[in-house]
Amino acid sequence: MLRPVRVALVGNPNSGKTAMFNALTGSRQKVANYAGVTVERKEGRLTAASGRAISILDLPGTYSLRARSPDEIVTRDEVLGRLAGEAPPDVVVCVADATNLRLVLRLALELKAVGRPAVLALNMIDIAERQGLRIDVDALSAELGMPVVGTVATRRKGVAELVGQIEAQAHLASATSIDTWREPTAAEIRALHREAERMLKACVRPPERPDTWTGRLDDVLLHPVAGIAILLAVLFLMFQAVFTGAKPVMDLITAGFNMLSGAVGAALPPGLLRSLICDGVIAGVGSVVVFLPQIMILFLFIILLEDVGYMARAAFLLDRIMGAAGLHGRTFIPLLSSFACAIPGIMATRVIDNRRDRLTTILIAPLMTCSARIPVYTLIISAFIPQRQVWGFLSLQGLVFFGLYAAGLISALAVAWVVRTLFWRGASEPFLMELPAYKAPDALNVARNVLQRAQIFLQRAGTTILSMMILIWFLASVPGKPAGAVGPAINYSFAGMIGHFIEPVLAPVGFSWQMSVALIPGMAAREVAVGALATVYAVSGGEGGVLGASLARHWSLASALAFLAWYVFAPQCASTLSVVKRETNSWRWPIVMFVYMTALAYGAAFIAYHLALAMGGG
Amino acid sequence: MNPPLTQTHALAPIAGPDTPAADPRDGEPLGEGRRGFKGVITAVRVQKASPGLDPAELERRLLEMGFVEGARVEILHEGFIRRDPICVSVDERRVALRRCDAGGVFVRPETAR
Repeated sequence: MLRPVRVALVGNPNSGKTAMFNALTGSRQKVANYAGVTVERKEGRLTAASGRAISILDLPGTYSLRARSPDEIVTRDEVLGRLAGEAPPDVVVCVADATNLRLVLRLALELKAVGRPAVLALNMIDIAERQGLRIDVDALSAELGMPVVGTVATRRKGVAELVGQIEAQAHLASATSIDTWREPTAAEIRALHREAERMLKACVRPPERPDTWTGRLDDVLLHPVAGIAILLAVLFLMFQAVFTGAKPVMDLITAGFNMLSGAVGAALPPGLLRSLICDGVIAGVGSVVVFLPQIMILFLFIILLEDVGYMARAAFLLDRIMGAAGLHGRTFIPLLSSFACAIPGIMATRVIDNRRDRLTTILIAPLMTCSARIPVYTLIISAFIPQRQVWGFLSLQGLVFFGLYAAGLISALAVAWVVRTLFWRGASEPFLMELPAYKAPDALNVARNVLQRAQIFLQRAGTTILSMMILIWFLASVPGKPAGAVGPAINYSFAGMIGHFIEPVLAPVGFSWQMSVALIPGMAAREVAVGALATVYAVSGGEGGVLGASLARHWSLASALAFLAWYVFAPQCASTLSVVKRETNSWRWPIVMFVYMTALAYGAAFIAYHLALAMGGG
Repeated sequence: MNPPLTQTHALAPIAGPDTPAADPRDGEPLGEGRRGFKGVITAVRVQKASPGLDPAELERRLLEMGFVEGARVEILHEGFIRRDPICVSVDERRVALRRCDAGGVFVRPETAR
């Protein structure tokens, strides 16, 4: 039997490459990581009409083989067959946006120079035809020396022909090319560009009805005043959807996990095993999976805005603000994701080319107020902040809530600024970004991408996060409560010992030993601290009302404010730290993150506690 | 925090092996143009990039994004803080970049001569 034909998809960003990948492989896709680097490896399979198996690799978008980001290095090395453990592709398919050929023709010329059989797919040919843009496919094919196929990936038009061309080229693939590639100089780039320009003149007639919508929309969306107002409105809508829209499903998931835990608990004899399965595994995974609806809604928005072409505009509008903190406009996307959960945010930093920019973004992502902080904030605010109106129309509780969000955002930018001006001066990425033409999103593609994100998140929850949860469960339940002892069992566990041990350190910021103990299980996920507080105060369940009243009796206002300030900064989430380890491939960055965030948390709690004491909040 | 926009202009041009000979008639840096400016790129010659970034590297990136001699450009939009960054149409594509990175792209207005 013949081995499958290996095909690599290469193309500029926004050329519809991923849509083409989906059109070719349907649901037969596998997402994994390249060994040693945190670049996603997307592979899919299909069977050609002739029965030949074809395996397709979707490579990250690029403008040239001259690589800069980890993503682009993978694209280059894959095309050149330099990746260890990866067989070189038999055929390279260059996916082009038919309405925007100039740059991709230069890329196609670069690919041709590598010497591997190649096919050019003129994607979105329908839009080109609608604009009255004429491409002489035969002439272009003759000029480039490779087959050229017009396609509409979202409607699977031309896909069969493309597969046929791939097969035809695969027969030529026996001649192995020698890797003689080297980075082109500026003069060579100019020469290639002139060559592409000449081909364009010879084979393409400019559009009779060029797209004017993009220009007209940009006049509004990039307007200094209206553009910012619309961006804020979009973000507001997104937050509304993430927080209110996800609520019913989140409640359902919580109820489901509680039921599961109850059912398993009833079936097992009481003891350590039952505790491990119910309180460790089920509750632990449940506390992470509960964020899945929020993450899916968030990614729905991000993928939609990306597909429509708006994300690049948002980066344009925010570049200057981000630039003031030494960051790149594109950092905005991961930071935005971090408002739901820092984990997808840190995973989204892969779009940032520059290593230092990426590390800075990873370091500040957990300072964004993630939704796991909300239960903690809600509990403390409702217990300690009076329900009062400020200036007649603002709720004081709401104001404090907003203040905590603002504190996270501002301190994130401040930390980025400190990192970029004191430690890593300069060396920032130039902000050079194509603003693609607006286009209607394809529902199927969006759905597929959102499901893929959900799957990746669940894989994390199933592996790294689960093991952290079990560790923290272990600390909080072993050793068990001695016979005849009084008080909650957690006091006698390792977590209790650690809590008692660190209590003197936390006393200056106003934390009692109960608070210190609650911080340890809170490392599993921030909102777990609510349940932990309920446990140490031996209040049944985590119901805000009962627990809140109990806290209000035991804590001073100053301690409560210090606890809030602590939670703005503290690295209270083991999952985030383990994802940072995964994404940076080193323990160094999670340790740096833990140290700097703990220091900030301690400082902020200290200031909050003593300011409140001085103002009579003791 | 930001270098003055005029700095690129004052530097003496250095002609490298890859860069066309310097010519004072090259025109003005794109980084100094205002919204509505229309012109043609006469030279791409980066002498100064953001600190830490090799000017030759920035030049190649600009070339790869379509900023090549002869390309027609128009400044379509400006950012709301200090008119930065700018959105430029390069032939029929739109590219966003910071003014400081556009200092090495020299342009001549379409209407002149």
